[in-house]
Amino acid sequence: MTEIRAEMVANVWKIVAAEGDSVADGDTLVILESMKMEIPVIAEATGRLARLAVSEGDVVQEGDLIAVIE
Amino acid sequence: MPESVLIANRGEIARRVARTARRMGVRVIAVYSEADADLPFVAEADEAVLIGPAQAALSYLNAEAILAAAARTGAEAIHPGYGFLAENAAFASKVIDAGLTWIGPPPDAIDLMGHKISARNLMASAGIPVADGGAEPVHDVDQALAVAVGIGYPVMIKAAAGGGGIGMSMATDPERLRSGFETARTRAERFFGNPSILIERYIASARHVEVQILGLADGRVIALGERDCSAQRRHQKLAEETPSPGVGDDLRERMMAAAVRAGEAVGYRGAGTVECLVDRQTGEFVFLEMNTRLQVEHPVTEMVTGIDLVEQQLLVADGAPVSFDPGAVRRTGHALELRVYAEDPVRFLPRPGSITGWLEPSGPGVRVDAGYAAGNTVTPHYDPLLAKLVVHGEDRAQALARAREAVGSFAVTGLTTNLPFHADLLNSAEFASGDYDTSVVARLRP
Repeated sequence: MTEIRAEMVANVWKIVAAEGDSVADGDTLVILESMKMEIPVIAEATGRLARLAVSEGDVVQEGDLIAVIE
Repeated sequence: MPESVLIANRGEIARRVARTARRMGVRVIAVYSEADADLPFVAEADEAVLIGPAQAALSYLNAEAILAAAARTGAEAIHPGYGFLAENAAFASKVIDAGLTWIGPPPDAIDLMGHKISARNLMASAGIPVADGGAEPVHDVDQALAVAVGIGYPVMIKAAAGGGGIGMSMATDPERLRSGFETARTRAERFFGNPSILIERYIASARHVEVQILGLADGRVIALGERDCSAQRRHQKLAEETPSPGVGDDLRERMMAAAVRAGEAVGYRGAGTVECLVDRQTGEFVFLEMNTRLQVEHPVTEMVTGIDLVEQQLLVADGAPVSFDPGAVRRTGHALELRVYAEDPVRFLPRPGSITGWLEPSGPGVRVDAGYAAGNTVTPHYDPLLAKLVVHGEDRAQALARAREAVGSFAVTGLTTNLPFHADLLNSAEFASGDYDTSVVARLRP
C-alpha cells in the first residue's frame, strides 16, 4: 500500500483519476493549485487507486493524505 | 490632485503605491480579502474595506465590490497596481463612468494591447519589428501545424490573451506542437477565458529587454530606459537589472525610439512597458507585448533615474505635468532587483506558510518593497511574491556586491524562500559576467 500526501498547502483544483481505477507509476491522480501554479500529484506506485481522500475545491495542508494505492 | 485613492491590489504593490500617495498628501484606502486581513498594507492604510473571501475571483477581481468600496469611502481615484484588474479595460471604463479618476492608460489602449495578436499587428504597422508568426489566432491543431511549417521549427506557443508565461511552451517538432497546443488552449481558456493561440518563431538565445515609457498629460510619450529581465523560471521573472549588460548605446536608442512609437500608436498615458526580445545571434530586437500598467520591476528604473513612477502616474492621471524635466532625464549607475518568493530555492515549487521572523537588509543603495512582516501567514491563494530586494550601485560590480551582501543579511524564518537561489545566481559566473540569456536559470538549476 502506498500513501500519497500533499507536499504543500494547496487548493485541490482537479480530480483526474477515480477510486477503483488501475493506475501506473507516474500517472497524474489529482492537480493541486498553489500560488497560481498547477502542481500534478503523481502515482508513486502501480496498482489500484483504493482511496481518494480529497475533492475538488478542498484545501490541503502539507502532509495531508491525498490518495492510497494498493 | 485627488483627495483620496483606493488601491485595488494587495501585498507589496499596495504598500508601494500607498507610500507615494501618503507623501503627496493623498488619503489611502485599501481593499482586502479575508485571507489578507493581517497584512501590513491593510493596517497601514487610512481606511480599509473587506471586499470578499480569499478567492481572487470573489475579491480582488470583483469589480462591483471594489466600486462599492470606493463609493462607500468617498474615494476619488483608483490605482489598480499590477495583475488582477490592472489590464481590464472594462473595469477601467467602469471606474471612469463612476466619475472616478482611473490611474492608468485609456481603456482603449488597454484593449488594443491586451491581445497579443492585435498588439503585434498594430506594432508591425507602426514600423516596430515583430517575430515571424501568424497574424491571425489559430483555433485548432491543424492551423497551428500549418503556421509552424510557414515559420519553421522551433516555434513558441502562446495564449493570445495571456500573460505571466501561463500556457506558454516551445515546440521543436509537430508532435510537441500537438501536445503543447492542447496544454496552451486548456490553460488559456481557464486563466484568460479566451482559447486563442499565437504561434511565433522561437529565438534560440534571447534576452528579455523591456522599455519603460511614460505618456504625459500633454500627449507626448517619453522613454525612461530599459530593464533586462532575462533571469526567469517558467517564463516568470526572478531578477531584473538596468542598464541591460547585453544592450549597447545604439540598440538602446533604437529600442527606446520604437517604444515611444508604440506608445504613440495607442495614445498612451501614464506608465507602461514595451517588452521585447533581443536575439543574441543577430543583435536585433522584436516586440513581444506591451504591459499597460506599472510593472513589478519598476523600482530599478526609479533607482537609476531618481524618478518616482507612482508619483508620475498620479500627476498624469490628474492632467498635471510630471515632476521632472522630460527632456533632461539622466540615468546614473546600475540597479538590480531580486524577487523574493515563497518557494523552494531548488525546484521553485510554492511554499506557503507562516513567517516567524522577518529581518530586512539595509544600507547604502538598498531598498526593500515588502508585502509581509513577521507574524504574517502566506496563503496559497495568490502569487508567491513576498518582497522585492532592490539595490543600486555606481556600476554593475558595486550593485552585484551590494546585492550579495543584502541577500546574505535578509533573514526570513518559519518559511522557505528562494533567497538561497538568489545567492547562487549572484555568485554564478554566467550571471556575474552579464553575458546571459533567458536560459540562465535553467542552466543553474538543471
